[in-house]
Amino acid sequence: MVGSLRQARIAFVGAPIGRLVNLLVILAVGYAIFILATKIFAQGPSYFLQILTFGVANGAIYALVALGYTMVYGIIELINFAHGDLFTLGGFISVFLLPIFGLDASKAGTAGIILPLIAVFIVTMLICGAINVTIERVAYRPLRHAPRLAPLITAIGMSFVLEGVMFLWKGPFNVPYPNLLPTTGIVIGGATIGVKDIFVIVVAAVLMIVLALFVSRSTLGKAMRATAQDQDATELMGIDINRTIAATFFIGAVLAGAGGTIFGLYYNTMVFDLGFSAGLFAFTAAVFGGIGNIQGAALGGLLIGLITALWDGYMESTWTQVIIFGILILVLVFRPTGLLGMRVPEK
Amino acid sequence: MRNPLSRLGAILERDPRKDPNALVFLLLTFGVIAFPIAVQVVTRGSGSFLISQAADAGVYVLLAIGLNVVVGFAGLLDLGYAAFFAIGAYTYAFVASDHMEFTPIHQAIHIPFWIALLVGMFAAAGAGAILGAPTLRLRGDYLAIVTLGFGEIVPRLFRNASTWTSGVNGISALDTPALPIWLNGPWSGDAFAIVQNFKIIDPLAYYVIMAVLVAISVVLVNNLRRSRMGRAWMAVREDEVAAAAMGVNTVGVKLLAFSIGAAFSGFAGTFYGAKLSLVSPENFGFTVSITILIMVVLGGMGNIPGVIVGALLIYYVIFNILPGLPQQAVDFANSIGASGLNTPSGDWPGLAGEVQRLKFLIFGLILVLTMLLRPQGLLPSRQRAEELQKGVHEDTTIEDVNAETGTA
Repeated sequence: MVGSLRQARIAFVGAPIGRLVNLLVILAVGYAIFILATKIFAQGPSYFLQILTFGVANGAIYALVALGYTMVYGIIELINFAHGDLFTLGGFISVFLLPIFGLDASKAGTAGIILPLIAVFIVTMLICGAINVTIERVAYRPLRHAPRLAPLITAIGMSFVLEGVMFLWKGPFNVPYPNLLPTTGIVIGGATIGVKDIFVIVVAAVLMIVLALFVSRSTLGKAMRATAQDQDATELMGIDINRTIAATFFIGAVLAGAGGTIFGLYYNTMVFDLGFSAGLFAFTAAVFGGIGNIQGAALGGLLIGLITALWDGYMESTWTQVIIFGILILVLVFRPTGLLGMRVPEK
Repeated sequence: MRNPLSRLGAILERDPRKDPNALVFLLLTFGVIAFPIAVQVVTRGSGSFLISQAADAGVYVLLAIGLNVVVGFAGLLDLGYAAFFAIGAYTYAFVASDHMEFTPIHQAIHIPFWIALLVGMFAAAGAGAILGAPTLRLRGDYLAIVTLGFGEIVPRLFRNASTWTSGVNGISALDTPALPIWLNGPWSGDAFAIVQNFKIIDPLAYYVIMAVLVAISVVLVNNLRRSRMGRAWMAVREDEVAAAAMGVNTVGVKLLAFSIGAAFSGFAGTFYGAKLSLVSPENFGFTVSITILIMVVLGGMGNIPGVIVGALLIYYVIFNILPGLPQQAVDFANSIGASGLNTPSGDWPGLAGEVQRLKFLIFGLILVLTMLLRPQGLLPSRQRAEELQKGVHEDTTIEDVNAETGTA
């Protein structure tokens, strides 16, 4: 807290133009929040609860994708642009797998979908993980000691390749996703909380808790944290860096695959270049929370989902992205390493 | 002070295997002069479209040169460079069309193109300074995401503030550049295409303007690179802490790199608006920023001829090869007697449609393969190339450094 106050002071006492710009942005965002608050009070609590649920569900999906960005960035400082497309690919793979496991719209909402759905989730996640490990092996590992921007360009290239594959596979059209989850809901205080919303939130939360435990408790998780801090020292301790980095990519892709499947089940439609904008938001979420920080990515995803839902629900949706990126810039001005990011010495 | 001829001699004497830059510049200059003639000869006088496309490619060359100052010289990753491009283009739209009559100002502004170039330049540079001032303290990729955010915000502002910018429709009927009235020398009244009615309408005229703009920019950037400022940029790029310890005002230096880089996109935006005679918020998205970044990195970061070559190559691939690919595939199938492939049936969208779908994949593969084969870019700067082989060329002497910066 003291650190952030100091940052704020530095940002304010800095260059005069910077001070003025900061002040203007703060006033603009403050005004926007004020307007939002008045509208929330005017519309009553049940609508607010509805919007809130939608925002949390949406944010949970962003958070799952953001985790992949943050883990990869934390370990090799690469903005993995292909990650958003892996998320879409997860959705496409699961829509292909559903009939194989005997799932279609006729079984929607019955108890018989639970086991096959779990199987679809696991297979999708494994395939996505395998694909991401292959991508890492082919496109990023040879460039590990190359100039910093070279892997960034191959990541953009891989993003185009993945989009190209999905474009070839399904064409430029919206891909319908069978509506398997029950459409019923629980009524709380006038607002209907759908089973879908609960499903999304629960699955995402479980996956994130498992991940957090894995990284903090397991040996591989320890190796990951060590590699993120100092690759050379880690190698001297006898840890296989290549394997650790590959594992990071695998886990990131597993979460993205799950995210894609959840997205499909929630929205019932996918399109081949969905990952482009979803990836952009997820990456923003990762930076929001402090890139490299797992809890930060979850928090960032949740916040972005909430802001999007609130703005779409109460104000004009054309301004939503302007608000998100405006808040992002503001957060970074006062906390240059994100909300939960640690101040690390420059290497 | 040597005369230009002896400098040319010195360029030719240099070993192109060691530093191909001079040779590339020479080839580029020759190419720029020869291109319109060659095109008209090859297409028997109907090459206007190709010349016009070359002028459009020049826009990207300008953008790449500008982004190179930010990314290549100062080492700041900018993922929202298209924002400054948009600001340049919209500035021209505001100051050189009837549009202002329909905004709350109710007064059309018509500034000549040549002055508008400077206005656009200062508008973009000012935007760069405004964005940079509060955010340049950020380290590394946090700066990248802030620029990304700015790049997302600016086109949306132009789209949403429709009372001023007429929203998604964009602003059309922008003024075409006209030569100043006092330039109506011996060719006035003549049907000479370049200055017909003092209006520049021939693609060749745009091509000439573009060539001149690029030439000016190259000279400016080259001088900047060799200046005190250029050395400060490179010091900040290599090690910010060390540079600060040596007395470099790192924030000021980065701010200047940001503004100067943005200034070139103001140039490019003004030209783009004037040539297309239309600006629309859809033309300045994240894809444009990424494309320019690809041009810079693929060509060879920090090296001006490399960046120019990269821009031209990527432009050629994106706007010429890839769109032409479906037709070529169809022609090829016809010529080998497999024309049955061309008709769509069931899931098969026809050969043209299938190749159309392959475009993303091909472009992605081109990017990945080029980067894997030449991680330092196609024409890397000599200094960067040597940094990459650390240990192989550990014994860099002061002569090498002088040769690189040209301060012998």
